[in-house]
Amino acid sequence: MVKINGVPQDAAGKTVAVLLEHMNLNPARTAVMVGGEILPKANFGRVLQDGEEVDIIGFVGGG
Amino acid sequence: MQITEADFAAAVDSRNNRPIYGILKQAHVGIAGLGGLGSNIAAALVRSGVGSLVLADFDSVELSNLNRQLYTLSQIGRKKAEVLPELLREINPFCEITSHCVRVTATNCAELFGDCEIIIEAFDLPEQKAMLVNTVLEQMPEVELISGSGMAGYGNANAITTRRITPKLTLCGDGKTDVADGVGLTASRVIICAGHMASRAIEIILEGANKHE
Repeated sequence: MVKINGVPQDAAGKTVAVLLEHMNLNPARTAVMVGGEILPKANFGRVLQDGEEVDIIGFVGGG
Repeated sequence: MQITEADFAAAVDSRNNRPIYGILKQAHVGIAGLGGLGSNIAAALVRSGVGSLVLADFDSVELSNLNRQLYTLSQIGRKKAEVLPELLREINPFCEITSHCVRVTATNCAELFGDCEIIIEAFDLPEQKAMLVNTVLEQMPEVELISGSGMAGYGNANAITTRRITPKLTLCGDGKTDVADGVGLTASRVIICAGHMASRAIEIILEGANKHE
């Protein structure tokens, strides 16, 4: 299991890019943290491992 | 009216604990984007006595900004980076303000905000918000970053919260309401989100001072 935004999900073995696609998130509007560290967009092909904690922010417009 | 910095410090002290003014006076806060969030955050921080602000925005004041931004009719057409320091100095002439009329990018961000312990993301477009958050977290790992996402529409103000995502990243907003959904932006909700972001900045400054004691 991978904890995504605090909720355990069956995402081990998926890449971050595929995960974002499943969540219907545009990578250009996201920030992804793995284990509390920012994951550079160039590394969105990274495969998620069992037990990892991932925080995903999908930004919305307005300011 | 001639006001000295000692008068100002005494007036702020009369509303705060005495040591607080001295701590806030030492702080350097950067604000990227001077629209609804950025202009109101800046006003809150200079009213509180934050000593140094670095501002950046490339845009000019438009009539459509007046529904939620700090600007006034006579300032339409002028650069926000030029107008906002004038407004802020009317509130607190003892805040040191550096203002850049420039588009913040992944390339110039570290140079613009290099002296800041705290950077506040106050952009409008989600791509720009994501760019700044990624850039600061990748290039400036020591900086405390505060970002805002989700303050559009007319919904319950209590949906707007402050959440610490990682030790260096705080996210304010409801996380959902998107101006692209046609719900508009209202002063009340934008100012509430700006208030959350300014409050978090002050909390971080005071926490930092406690750690160094």
